[in-house]
Amino acid sequence: MNLNKIPEKLIDEKGLRIDGRKLDKLRPIKLEVGVLNNAEGSAYVEQGRNKLVVGVYGPRETHPKHMIIADRAVVRCRYRMTPFSTEERKNPAPSRREMEISKVIREALEPAIMSEYYPRTTIDIFIEILQSDGGTRCASVTGAALALADAGIPLKDIISSCSFGKADGKIILDLSDAEDKYGEADVPVAIMPNFNYITLLQMDGELTIDEFNKGLDMIMKACMEIHDLQKEALKQKYTQNDK
Amino acid sequence: MSYTPHKSPIANLEEKNILDLLKQDKRIDGRGLTEYRELRIEPNIIEKANGSARVTLGKTQVIAGVKVEVGEPFPDTPNEGALSVNAELTPIAHPSFESGPPGEGAIELARVVDRSIRESNAIDREKLCIESGKKVFVVFIDLNIMDHDGNLIDASTLAALVALLSSKINNYELKDGEIIYKSEQKPLPVNDCPIAITFAKLGETLILDPCLKEEAIMKCRLTVGVNEKGSICAMQKGGLGEFNIDEIKETTKLATEKSPEIRKKISEVMKNAKN
Repeated sequence: MNLNKIPEKLIDEKGLRIDGRKLDKLRPIKLEVGVLNNAEGSAYVEQGRNKLVVGVYGPRETHPKHMIIADRAVVRCRYRMTPFSTEERKNPAPSRREMEISKVIREALEPAIMSEYYPRTTIDIFIEILQSDGGTRCASVTGAALALADAGIPLKDIISSCSFGKADGKIILDLSDAEDKYGEADVPVAIMPNFNYITLLQMDGELTIDEFNKGLDMIMKACMEIHDLQKEALKQKYTQNDK
Repeated sequence: MSYTPHKSPIANLEEKNILDLLKQDKRIDGRGLTEYRELRIEPNIIEKANGSARVTLGKTQVIAGVKVEVGEPFPDTPNEGALSVNAELTPIAHPSFESGPPGEGAIELARVVDRSIRESNAIDREKLCIESGKKVFVVFIDLNIMDHDGNLIDASTLAALVALLSSKINNYELKDGEIIYKSEQKPLPVNDCPIAITFAKLGETLILDPCLKEEAIMKCRLTVGVNEKGSICAMQKGGLGEFNIDEIKETTKLATEKSPEIRKKISEVMKNAKN
């Protein structure tokens, strides 16, 4: 099922992108909290055609024992793409890309997790990408923050994440797969919205310093927008349970 | 699966000393906050490789080797050669490195080096096409970490780049789809000279080129890849902490200012190597 053809251009004369979005518009986002039965916290995220589920277990006993850290919890994270999530079947064995992304997602979330409250334990974050269309690591961070909150783990902030980049010479927000592949730059960012901290930052492509700074301002606003949606999604679950 | 690493016990003992010195803008090895350690570059140390280099940055030592082989192109880029970067954190480099399949540290290192080289188009991949859709040259860059004293990303990116700059491939002729090599050699087509510059945040202070002890207590690090034009071509944040926006803007600015120094050093070394 080939949904992606190589586009002639990524931005048309009217300044609209292939999916009809303006340069600084996010894709439609759907967030749902508490979608799994066994996991202590969970979340479902749709961002454009991205679909993913995050499950959180813990704090629970650490295995193997040598992994125990005496003064804080160990945070473990696995980002995994299902074989059917891409155009061509993805080999289910963990790829180097998945291993790197697991690491950067963990490092994006750890600044917000108050892991010192649970010494010697483990907090597990499992991410399953059901369908990918560019920006899955950002959507995963957004979802993992919700799942951690749902699990009742104390957090300094709900981390929000999105990407900016450049296509046809213009700075754009929330890149789709085609814009990531054929555009000129991709910069995934995660922030702690209440502190203005940046906890995830990667970049590939080419940007001048001015373009980078412009994108950085743009992404802070976009993440605030996502942050509001996250709060809404959490309220949705917990006000429902009160009834 | 990625999990929170242990902090080294030495780090706990030395942390206060390092942080106290930083408050006076001093570092344990006497450097300034944005000063590199002594950098030594030796190209062409392995005759059997197409290109190679040894880079020592203070006490960190990395050997990079380039091997060029004929392979098939990727279906979506039939007219381009391929690039593959691999890093080995060999057990001789540090007591904490163990033999076995590469862990997330080695994988991240290889992928960040790959990113700077790929995204700056340092290798002219179209010139590595032999027969469209069928045969291309594949450039393998293998990084061997020999001695670990911090900032492996910058040292490895430099070693990879110098190994590429020193690489030669045999001229060839294509006869009925067969490659016939000639004896004379030409340099690998290298177009850009990306430099990776890594900053670490210790306490609230940003420092350039962290050594191992500084890395052990850092909150987080940020690597900025800068191409010849002075644009950013790669970035990677690592570590458990966070940056604020001003720190990010400061590091990108400093990185573009620092990179020409190192580029100049490379061109001097390469010029001497030719003579």
